[in-house]
Amino acid sequence: MPLLTSRKTQPSYDVVVVGSGAAGGQSAYTLAMEGAKVLLLEAGRSYDPVTETPMFNLPNQAPLRAAKTTDKFGGFFDSTIDGGWQVPGEPYTSASSDPKRRFMWWRRRMLGGRTNHWGRISLRNGPYDFKPHSRDGLGFDWPIAYEDVAPYYDKVEMLIGVYGTNEGFENAPLSPPGVLLPPPKLRAGELFAQHHGKKIGVPIVPTHRAVLTMRQDGRRLAPILHPGNPAAQRILIDAMDRRAACLWATHCSRGCAVRATYQSTTVHLPPALASGNLDILPNAMAREVSIDDHGKATGVVYIDKATGRENRVRARAVVLAAGSGESVRILLNSKSNLFPQGLANTSGLVGKYIMDTVGAILEGQIPALENLPLHNEDGAGGDHAYAPWWLYQQQHAGKLNFPRGYHIEFLSGRQMPKAGIEDDWGWLTGGSYGRRFKEDARRFYGSTQRFAGRGEMIPNDDCFCELDPTVKDKWGIPVLRFHWKWAEHETRQVHHMQQTFAALFGAMGGKVRQPPAADGRDAIMPGGRIIHEVGGAIMGSDPKTSVTDRWSRTWDVKNVYVADGAPFASNADKNPTLTIMALAWRAADHLLAEMKKGNI
Amino acid sequence: MASPDSQRLDRRTAVKWMLTAAASTTLFGVVGAAENAAASAVRPVGGHGYGTDPDLQKNYQPGDLWPLTFTDRQRAAAAALCAVIIPRDDRSPSAEDLKVHDFIDEWISAPYAAQAEDRPGILEGLAWLDDEARRRFSRDFSGATLLQKTAICDDLADPNRVAPEFGTAAKFFTRFRELTASGFYTTPEGMKDIGYVGNMPLASFDGPPATVLRKLGLE
Repeated sequence: MPLLTSRKTQPSYDVVVVGSGAAGGQSAYTLAMEGAKVLLLEAGRSYDPVTETPMFNLPNQAPLRAAKTTDKFGGFFDSTIDGGWQVPGEPYTSASSDPKRRFMWWRRRMLGGRTNHWGRISLRNGPYDFKPHSRDGLGFDWPIAYEDVAPYYDKVEMLIGVYGTNEGFENAPLSPPGVLLPPPKLRAGELFAQHHGKKIGVPIVPTHRAVLTMRQDGRRLAPILHPGNPAAQRILIDAMDRRAACLWATHCSRGCAVRATYQSTTVHLPPALASGNLDILPNAMAREVSIDDHGKATGVVYIDKATGRENRVRARAVVLAAGSGESVRILLNSKSNLFPQGLANTSGLVGKYIMDTVGAILEGQIPALENLPLHNEDGAGGDHAYAPWWLYQQQHAGKLNFPRGYHIEFLSGRQMPKAGIEDDWGWLTGGSYGRRFKEDARRFYGSTQRFAGRGEMIPNDDCFCELDPTVKDKWGIPVLRFHWKWAEHETRQVHHMQQTFAALFGAMGGKVRQPPAADGRDAIMPGGRIIHEVGGAIMGSDPKTSVTDRWSRTWDVKNVYVADGAPFASNADKNPTLTIMALAWRAADHLLAEMKKGNI
Repeated sequence: MASPDSQRLDRRTAVKWMLTAAASTTLFGVVGAAENAAASAVRPVGGHGYGTDPDLQKNYQPGDLWPLTFTDRQRAAAAALCAVIIPRDDRSPSAEDLKVHDFIDEWISAPYAAQAEDRPGILEGLAWLDDEARRRFSRDFSGATLLQKTAICDDLADPNRVAPEFGTAAKFFTRFRELTASGFYTTPEGMKDIGYVGNMPLASFDGPPATVLRKLGLE
């Protein structure tokens, strides 16, 4: 990709976008394709999945059989570069030493950010998810409704390519005809769970993921996505023509050299660059948004990592898309006489109400899946099926002791063996070794299952981040300190997950590896562990009780937008990335309109 | 216990393992344990990790990135144990044939905290194996017959039926088995053995074949 050094950047841009993942990629794409001059700042290095993805490499070609290490937290072949639970020289801190109150923060420093490795699960928020307070009196309503976002869900799904079906479940919106790609066939274990899940009322259906199960029809889609903009249409058709359909091998977390999965680096950034309106500056660590005497943003101050020097870039508007935590950190570090508490923080709510997804798992084994005839179960490099939340009615009627729902994810089957494989089924072997061990491995491989709950967390006063008063990163920038505490809403939900998973194993004639947790507090994963952290600059209809408005724009500074998950006023069980992209596109449209009107 | 090398020995480790090994220790046992404990006495690992931005396309082999640890004797014991845990049969080679012991050496030599946690247990366990084989059969583990090796492993393998005096050794065995499986089933030969038939590009994904659906009652 054509990239820049600090010396070659233009003196001024229409928009500077901070971050190049789902939010930054979408922002840069929409703005550049529609004619704005954009500079994108990325804190990490440039990255090209087409040449760098280890597509078919086997674990025995990697150090330690590709096992996880503190250099590669997701395993050697995971696409994460310069990141993970820790980034060298760039710490974050926890206010509590209690392990149950810690927050984990997955960051990375590379072009495309976390879109390179994410699970690609792309579920729409439903109507309830934008008005949760109206339904049960907890948390906050968004200042927008599903109908406001629906057109952007359509557009994002068409642009990035999402497979799935319209099942018509409550609060799981339908995509219009011609938007979704056909889902892959379910694997043996997914079909088996689907069949037997019915006995206990758990519906298992095709999931939605951003993987091309067939090639995109750019000639049909481009005019819908860029009406009246033939130049953008031509560029998009060319970009879609360069993407291949899934080749049904290798896990998406490695990234995809044939561009079959959505990654910002293969889907958003190439057409945006081809428009001639986008410059990308890697190794540029944003520190703060600069402000003029009238409280208007003038650009971004960043550290050029190659030289360690501080630079400035000027722009008419700033879009923060660094990931919710990093965007909050930039706002808090943007202190001035006008904004001594940090930018856009007159409400005092920057950093408040951070949320993750509620996560818990239960493992088990299903004898019916033993010794199946050999067949290829790689599939689309991730989940094919899921169980959408199915108990809205019971919950609304007060029959459950927790207020919000969860969906179930599981990846079944005969996936590529990796380091630690024996942990999956070794517990079934009674300590065998020798020939019997080899026979046990053939028998039990692929017969184990791990159900993972992904639930809605309600924002609470105990979960927030702030600037650490003393700790700075290696660039001298103050770091975030996290406060975290799960509420009973979440731990009770986890208890229900555990009971459900045990019942699923029972329905399939299987057995659990360990009994379901009697107390949800013992099974709930740490905050941040699911890597769905959102909030910290929540949107609302009142500047006193929110940081951003219905357009993801900060109330205090009219030319600063926050395009990542920070404006989320709630965190539905649905994985946040699709919604981040839809809101980023919507915010970019608003920014373009404001610039055209001369308001910015 | 005194020997010319005693000051370099990790005596506490040697004694701990010997006490769990046998109530009456032979002379061979004492010397063997001392010698092995000295060799292993847990030298810190050397070298650096591969960093946060390694070349993902390169082909790496044990020893490429950081120095390995095993002495000839430890390597012989590890190879022999690999072959007992995953022996050759008509479907695939043994873990020793595939040099899984070199992977285990790479693992315990790695400059990473999680892997380094395995280092003392594996090195002490290998020393214990030799000591135990000498005590019972007057030879190192690698030189013992399959029947003799099996006699020792039978005392360690099933975590639910381990006599108290073999508790530490059994933990070593369990962990060694896990590592052997990691090393073996991540090779092409191991993948073929276990029945993994993916990692090849396909024009379409057709789901499970009819034979699978029939077996699952999902036709």
